Amino acid sequence: MAQTIPVVIGVVVISFLLTRALPGDPAVYFAGDAADAASIQQVREALGLDKSMPQQFLIYVGDLLRGDLGQSLSSGQPVLTDLTYRLPASLELTLVALGLSCLIAIPLGVLAATRPGTWVDHLCRVLVTAGVSLPTFFTGVVLIYFFYYLTGWAPAPLGRLDFIYIEPDRVTGFYLIDSLLAGDIETFLGALKQLILPSITLALFTMAPIARMTRSAMISALSSDYIRTVRAAGLSRTTILRTYAFRNALLPVITTLGMVFSFSLGANVLVERVFAWPGIGSYAVDALVASDYAAVQGFVLAMALLFVFVNLLIDLLYSVVDPRIGFADNE
Amino acid sequence: MSSDLGTASVVATPTQPASYQSQSTLAHIIYVLRDNPVTLIAFIMLSVLVVCALFGHWIAPYDPLATDSSSILQPPSSQHWFGTDNVGRDVFSRVLVATRLDLQISIMAVSLSFVIGATLGAIAGYWGGWIDIVLSRFLDTIMAFPLFVLAMGIVAALGNTVENIIYATAIINIPFYARLIRAEVNLRRDSGFAVAAKLSGNSDLRVLVQHIFPNTLPPVMVQVSLNLGWAILNAAGLSFIGLGVRPPTPEWGIMVAEGANFIVSGEWWMAVFPGLALMFAVFTFNLLGDGLRDIVDPRKRK
Repeated sequence: MAQTIPVVIGVVVISFLLTRALPGDPAVYFAGDAADAASIQQVREALGLDKSMPQQFLIYVGDLLRGDLGQSLSSGQPVLTDLTYRLPASLELTLVALGLSCLIAIPLGVLAATRPGTWVDHLCRVLVTAGVSLPTFFTGVVLIYFFYYLTGWAPAPLGRLDFIYIEPDRVTGFYLIDSLLAGDIETFLGALKQLILPSITLALFTMAPIARMTRSAMISALSSDYIRTVRAAGLSRTTILRTYAFRNALLPVITTLGMVFSFSLGANVLVERVFAWPGIGSYAVDALVASDYAAVQGFVLAMALLFVFVNLLIDLLYSVVDPRIGFADNE
Repeated sequence: MSSDLGTASVVATPTQPASYQSQSTLAHIIYVLRDNPVTLIAFIMLSVLVVCALFGHWIAPYDPLATDSSSILQPPSSQHWFGTDNVGRDVFSRVLVATRLDLQISIMAVSLSFVIGATLGAIAGYWGGWIDIVLSRFLDTIMAFPLFVLAMGIVAALGNTVENIIYATAIINIPFYARLIRAEVNLRRDSGFAVAAKLSGNSDLRVLVQHIFPNTLPPVMVQVSLNLGWAILNAAGLSFIGLGVRPPTPEWGIMVAEGANFIVSGEWWMAVFPGLALMFAVFTFNLLGDGLRDIVDPRKRK
């Protein structure tokens, strides 16, 4: 917690600076083309731009505390409403992709560490090297070509649900969960089909760091003294791997997961663009192209806060995985 | 292996003391390259990139901007190696010519972040104290943003131009350099040679710039190389979503974006070739970074 609060303050300060670093005079921009000097002055006062910087900052923080991120010019809605409406789409994609890449990368890293020099190890190395050189948007385009155009296995890359399905009632905003809650298996499968290609694209990108970290953490755990001791004590191979080596190797892997989450929030923007995914990434891109600054700044701030929150979760997860890490005030 | 060692030591035998340093460095590089063919391949790939960047405009068989309504969306052929795009421009020429712009953006961004990051990191690492605390807090804050998202925000705030893509890419890379150099300088601040330089009457600034800083460069160079690949990806990603580079300027990210519209109807060459060029460039810098690590890693030296 002590780490989180200064970072949140810093994030708010930087996003305030980004808001105020706009080229030109925002008042002129908001007043429109036909405005004269008097109406520009009026807009300036209405926006609070005539006040001093510290005063403006206080107003900005006050707005944030009330959840007011400003109005989006293109949708006419408050930015916060837009973001919360679209966030589930992005989170669904990111979480499914992260889950997928953990399911593949962690076993791969463990296998590579326990069998150095075999084909699993080489596969791991190839994946790690190729993974960091792959531009996500390009992987997405190539996957569309193979799995939509050539083989026709995947549905058209146009959003979260094909138009033949009816959108499930909004409970959580996650189509997979909502359709199950409504008991509509067909829609669930439809949503899953749409989700496969974008999440594989994102997973390919995130697998490399996870596999690399799992492999090196497992190697260093396996070469430690306590592993030698339990081996000498005659414990079975599975117990050694699972209980002693893997649990100790998990800590750096979780740290990497936090970093990977941050990367995938950025990569999400590109993947959403490729697959016409109606998440907050494509919302921000549309806003950027339309010079809708309030929406872009709201997006940047929301992403940063989300990432800070995830890091906090990871810190809490540490103490679950490793009881030696405690919090000073708990003891 | 033993014959390699033999040749290397013959080359390295100093004939004149003055040229010993450069000769042994060269011999060391030759030794490492021979030992590690992957690095050699990386250097060859890099020279291909450099040739494309420097001479791409002359090598290109067609004008990268010239449209030709008679040959639209042609698949790759002997006339158009990479096919033509939706307005009949030659994709091969465009991919070739784009090399310069893509490398320019990433090299300028990385140099900027290197200079700023190195200065900040060296000051914080050498003097420590409140400067160090303020800087570390500031860097933590930058790292708290998902970096690509922060780059988008910076471009939005500064304006949608190529220069601002460079600034945005530079800003999000500064923390990596500042942290690395801070750690390296801090490690050497009290080492023997630094104390000796200080005792013989050098000012703090001189000790830092002339004695400590050059010693931090090897690990930083590895970072630079890895970073170049990342900067290219980042800049191409930004132009993929329509920031910075404007059409019809040839640039890999924007070409993939244009090609993506045609991939669903099967015209794969428009997106695939610029994408492969991008991968080639990123892969080159990543390989090179790994190779440089072997060259500068003292444990590799005999």
